[in-house]
Amino acid sequence: MMHPETEADLAEAIAGAGGPLRIVGGGTRGIGRPVAGEVLSLAGLAGITLYEPGALTLVARAGTPLAEVEAALAAEGQRLPFEPMDHRALLGTAGAPTIGGVVAVNASGPRRIQAGACRDSLIGVRFVDGRGDVIKNGGRVMKNVTGYDLVKLMAGSFGTIGVLSEVAFKVLPRPEMAATLRMEGLDDEAAVRVLCAALGSPFEVSGAAHVPGGPGVMIRVEGFAASVSYRVAQLRALLLPYGDVVVETEPEAVNAGWKRVRDVEAFAGRPGDVCRISVKPTDGPRAAAAIGAREVMYDWGGGLIWALVPEGRDIRPALAGIGGHATLIRAGAETRAARPVFPPEPAPLAAISAGLRAQFDPRGILNPGLMG
Amino acid sequence: MQMPDPNPAVLSKKARLVARFLSVLPADAVIHDETETRAYECDALTAYRCPPLCAVLPSSTAEVSAILRICHEEGVPVVPRGSGTSLAGGALPTADSVILGVARMNDVLETDYRNRFIRVQTGRTNLSVTGAVEEEDFFYAPDPSSQLACAIAGNIAMNSGGAHCLKYGVTTNNLLGVTLVLMDGTVVEIGGAHLDAGGLDLLGVICGSEGQLGVVTEATLRILRKPEGARPVLIGYDSSEVAGQCVSDIIKAGVLPVAIEFMDRPCIRATEAFAHAGYPDCEALLIVEVEGAADEITEQLDLITAIARRHNPVELRESGSAEESARIWLGRKSAFGAMGQINDYICLDGTIPVSALPHVLKRIAEMSAEYGLGVGNVFHAGDGNMHPLILFDANKPGDLEKCEAFGAEILKLCVEVGGCLTGEHGVGIEKRDLMGTQFTAADMEAQLRVKDVFDPQWLLNPAKVFPLALTAGRRAA
Ligand SMILES: Cc1cc2nc3c(=O)[nH]c(=O)nc-3n(C[C@H](O)[C@H](O)[C@H](O)COP(=O)(O)OP(=O)(O)OC[C@H]3O[C@@H](n4cnc5c(N)ncnc54)[C@H](O)[C@@H]3O)c2cc1C
Ligand SMILES: Cc1cc2nc3c(=O)[nH]c(=O)nc-3n(C[C@H](O)[C@H](O)[C@H](O)COP(=O)(O)OP(=O)(O)OC[C@H]3O[C@@H](n4cnc5c(N)ncnc54)[C@H](O)[C@@H]3O)c2cc1C
Repeated sequence: MMHPETEADLAEAIAGAGGPLRIVGGGTRGIGRPVAGEVLSLAGLAGITLYEPGALTLVARAGTPLAEVEAALAAEGQRLPFEPMDHRALLGTAGAPTIGGVVAVNASGPRRIQAGACRDSLIGVRFVDGRGDVIKNGGRVMKNVTGYDLVKLMAGSFGTIGVLSEVAFKVLPRPEMAATLRMEGLDDEAAVRVLCAALGSPFEVSGAAHVPGGPGVMIRVEGFAASVSYRVAQLRALLLPYGDVVVETEPEAVNAGWKRVRDVEAFAGRPGDVCRISVKPTDGPRAAAAIGAREVMYDWGGGLIWALVPEGRDIRPALAGIGGHATLIRAGAETRAARPVFPPEPAPLAAISAGLRAQFDPRGILNPGLMG
Repeated sequence: MQMPDPNPAVLSKKARLVARFLSVLPADAVIHDETETRAYECDALTAYRCPPLCAVLPSSTAEVSAILRICHEEGVPVVPRGSGTSLAGGALPTADSVILGVARMNDVLETDYRNRFIRVQTGRTNLSVTGAVEEEDFFYAPDPSSQLACAIAGNIAMNSGGAHCLKYGVTTNNLLGVTLVLMDGTVVEIGGAHLDAGGLDLLGVICGSEGQLGVVTEATLRILRKPEGARPVLIGYDSSEVAGQCVSDIIKAGVLPVAIEFMDRPCIRATEAFAHAGYPDCEALLIVEVEGAADEITEQLDLITAIARRHNPVELRESGSAEESARIWLGRKSAFGAMGQINDYICLDGTIPVSALPHVLKRIAEMSAEYGLGVGNVFHAGDGNMHPLILFDANKPGDLEKCEAFGAEILKLCVEVGGCLTGEHGVGIEKRDLMGTQFTAADMEAQLRVKDVFDPQWLLNPAKVFPLALTAGRRAA
């Protein structure tokens, strides 16, 4: 195992690598095709290097535990805007998730519909490519269009373009208060209609989920207390024609409810494969019905479906006429080795992706095969 | 500004090229007469001009594909063009290039309020995207000051921002999908109405690539419901340092205004003379705008004005009506026009960490004295995106060069304090030769490799973004 403690060490390790490398942050997000190779651990490359609350900016080395980043932000009343998911329960993994791993998988939770994904808050990266070259892109300022945006390219590249050594974020104030409006007993079609109505309102919804058989429709608003109660009242009036509305404001309950959605807790420890399907929100119910899932859960206003499906089932053919695409998040190694884990790309896009990987990792040593 | 010598082999086949274009486009969409191509000789960086070999104005993705296929076969450079409002020379032609203008492609293809997106052809202007959804009370958030004229095509290519991006983000944060035509004519769809595309984030790479990776013909854009209301407050200070501290305190207090704009004394004076907005004559002026319902606005403005008062403002004027709001914004919105009345100017847009603001403003004032050229500063303070406007006289020999040298010094300073060369206007030709101050050779090589993948022959807008010496080998090959 390689365990570099500086960016220079990391560059040297990659330049001198004799074969494939399996890049590990905290070892908690085992998504993608299984990778054979020497383990390259980023855990030693840790620490927050800059935090300016007044400028809403934080920079950290890639191996910094996510918990450390979140604690530093909380101490100043701020947070990462994109609410990264914790994969541990769902994947049954242990370890401490790292900030670099969050970026490498573009981990983004319920707040994505309002605050954007991880890639939208990411303002700078430093990384080492497969040649061993140290590359920086973006920086520590919020607005930056100097040269091509490789920051976005790195977010969600699962370590297949380069190994991140440092990441920089735009952060946001933590709101004074949050509330959840809940509606039980709606079928999926009706639930998505409600979510669309809420998201199409001017009331700045920061979470819009539907957990059938559980809490049902969940709509979140956050902000200053007076503003939250105003918007809750407005939304309630807007949604009443669709059914009864329960309002939850107790902080622990609100947080726990959204954490369950964020981490897909409902499917943790239960048999079956777990897929993540991205569709146009109003196509959600049709897509969910088509795949014959044991159970589904909707986030992002209906546009993100989490599906628990029988082991080994390929759901992609059923989605063919609907649009959108499926990623296999949890499955046995056999299934993940046999089938593309990520949605297959049309030929010209696949050629571009392959071309980019060949440029940045000409020896094909960074998490080879993980993304297909 | 140096541009590569035109390729004589390309110049000599103009007649043949025009004939081939006419085989795929109607006659009025192929502009080759030398007096008419002048209309495309520059963008808003008017100091640099060069008529293209010819200009083509396709009406559909299929036509764009047909043109690019021809240019690819013939080895002819192509410069994509939206509305030509680039301040960086991004749409400046070379004599051996074909301007591919998307101005005729301005249809709305689909509006979907339930899923909150609009799909348009990219020649559509920024403001008319909002115009298309306004009656349902929706809007498209990125709002460059040039929004009446600039096209979505250019917005995507430059990843444009605007006054309200502190809250809503810039173009890349509001772009869901594109139809992209590669240099060889291949049409690809990236992203769409769903939030996540599988695989690498190519959409993120396309946005801000300055027309060098492909021609964007259609775009899926996120639309949002309009807020119930918005109201600004105007705050004047005797020192820019204090104004900077006030901005930082507002942000730390957990308020997220939609806009925090900053103007310095030279800029205030110029706009007052021009627009008579009633601004105080002070060192630093802030316009802070918040959104929401009436009570929400009051709550936020109370918090902001309480913070502002702690720093002893020379003026604090909260808008109480739509009319007062318009007056507060009037000066800011006419700032560029006002500066243009005094003199010719170049507008820079380097970004700095907000904490470096007082230092940078002080250095700019010192340099202004050294160079003997006036500067006005107006900028997006919430995100540190500066807009120093350097005044010069285009008719005075040597003044433009002096102005550019001064501008380069300011941009180097931005990089030195931890910022960047350009926050929203793009590199184009203007900042091309400064790239080495922000990036190492390896940083730039990584970007060139991306272009190698999308456009192996380096035919798309080839003389932009990177220092010419760095790209010479690739452009010649
Ligand atoms: C019984 C068992 C069951 C398993 N089930 C599954 C399963 O269902 N699904 C599955 O996918 N795996 C599964 N695995 C495999 C295992 O979980 C993964 O191999 C392992 O967790 C890899 O996690 P990681 O360390 O790469 O994750 P993290 O460190 O969290 O990293 C996440 C991703 O980002 C990349 N990365 C991390 N840091 C960086 C960085 N600084 N720069 C660039 N890239 C970075 C990683 O390479 C990885 O792709 C299973 C293993 C066992 C033993
Ligand atoms: C008065 C004024 C105020 C401005 N204010 C702002 C502001 O507040 N914020 C801001 O961000 N910018 C601002 N700008 C700059 C400018 O308006 C933006 O850069 C705008 O996005 C350019 O759009 P355009 O359609 O005019 O593009 P053009 O100038 O035609 O082209 C710009 C770039 O886009 C490329 N391009 C054009 N069409 C395509 C296509 N179809 N496919 C691929 N590439 C393409 C071109 O090759 C070029 O590199 C301002 C400009 C002016 C003159």
